[in-house]
Order: sequence, then structure tokens, then C-alpha cells
Amino acid sequence: MNNDLLFDFNVDKAAKTVYITREFNAVQSLVWDAFTKAELLDQWGAPAPMRAKTKYMNFEVGGRRFYAMISPDGQERWAVQEFTSITPKTNFKMYNAFADKDENRELPGSEWDYNFSEQNGITKVDITIFNESFERLEKLLEGFKIGFTITLKNLEELLATLA
Amino acid sequence: MKQDIFQAIADPTRRAILTLIAIQALTPNAMAEKFDMSRQAVSKHIKVLHECELIKPEQCGREIYYHFNAKKMQEFDHWLAQFRQNWETQFNQLDHLLTTINEQK
Repeated sequence: MNNDLLFDFNVDKAAKTVYITREFNAVQSLVWDAFTKAELLDQWGAPAPMRAKTKYMNFEVGGRRFYAMISPDGQERWAVQEFTSITPKTNFKMYNAFADKDENRELPGSEWDYNFSEQNGITKVDITIFNESFERLEKLLEGFKIGFTITLKNLEELLATLA
Repeated sequence: MKQDIFQAIADPTRRAILTLIAIQALTPNAMAEKFDMSRQAVSKHIKVLHECELIKPEQCGREIYYHFNAKKMQEFDHWLAQFRQNWETQFNQLDHLLTTINEQK
């Protein structure tokens, strides 16, 4: 992995907005695919040990991705992404909201804006996340936390058996 | 309803109040004077800040002084750090995936 690749993470608390910038050592069309194709998204779209599972994805304006983050013990946290704007290879916007397993959304959600640009074979992705409230943003982490706590618990148990 | 910390910080007057009392605890009257606001307006802001635990009241004789609760702000920053960490993990996974795809070509 290339350590020279840029990673920026900024939070404007007053504007209730998170800004994320990351560079990838790949051409723009490939990075675009990794962010917009379900079969690729599911391979990286949840931080291990969580995993992502897309039930369906219609990547078109007005279309949706219905997916879950799954913890190691099988707990599922469902969410719906609705695509509000797409400019192929350079930009897409979506509205993300948590949902139950039957796709009933818990509104309000958050607005996501993705920008892609390439220079010398390095692709830069800029992500802006606007949240109406902090509690909504906090929920984004809830699922992760469940998975993480379980992992730590497993580790504790493993250490206990070794002791 | 419990106040949301993002909503609380989003207001410029409330940010100014926080900045001020981070330096020195103040009574509502002192705040009203510093910001040239009515007591009622100050009370409303205090209520919001207090409900999301960004400030703490402390009785001192007949007066109530409001202190900045740095711990709450730290909790918030700690949470953001975790959020950042999750993204870092995901992006590293994506690096790995992109490398794999490129090698297959």
C-alpha cells in the first residue's frame, strides 16, 4: 500500500458537515466502479470485521441501493441510499438513511456528495457528508460499534482460554 | 426532547457563549450583558447548551455560574476520531481491492 496517498478527514461542526478526501493508486474509471458497483462495494464497503451486503442496487437517478452492514455475529444494520444526481465518472450524490429489513426508512438521513478526479494515474475522491443532526451522524457509527465490541469480546474470550 | 449537540454548536451565538465561558465561568446576567441580549434570549441558549451537556451550572452563593464542559466536547471529538478510523480501514481495504484488480489485468 502506498503511504504517500493523501487522506484528509475534516469536520465542520458549525456546518454539520464532514469532508473526506482520499487518493487511490488506480485510474478514475476503476475507482468510480469501486464506488458505484454493488459487487465491488461489497468487497470493501464496511470496515472489517464488519461486512457489507447489497440486496439490490439500481445506480441511476432516483434509483436505490438497499444494503446491510453485518457484524461478525450476524447482526444486520440496513440502510437505503437513494441516488439523486449522477455525472458518470466524475460525480454522484445520494441520500442515505437507515432502514429496517423491509426497507422502511428512518428519516431524516444524510446527504452525500462524491467527486472523482484523476492526475497522473492517481484518482482523488472527495466526499462531503451533510447531516441535519449529530445524532444521525452518530448512528452511522452505531453499527460499527456493535461489530467492534463483539470482536473485543471474542478476543477477551480467546485470551481467557489461553490464560 | 433532548438537544442535539450539532444543533447546539451550529448556532453562532451559542458558539460565542461557549468560547467565552471556556475562558471564564459566567452568570446568565453577565452573559446577557456581554452579548447585549435580553435575559430571556440568554436563558434559551443556556437551556440548549445545558441539555446537551456542553455547559454545567454551579451554584455560588445566590448566583449560578455556567462552566464549559470540556469532557462533553472531548467525547464528541473521540467519536469523530472513531468515525475517521472506520473510513481509514475501509479505504485500506479498497486499496487492496484495487491492487488485486490491477494485477489481474
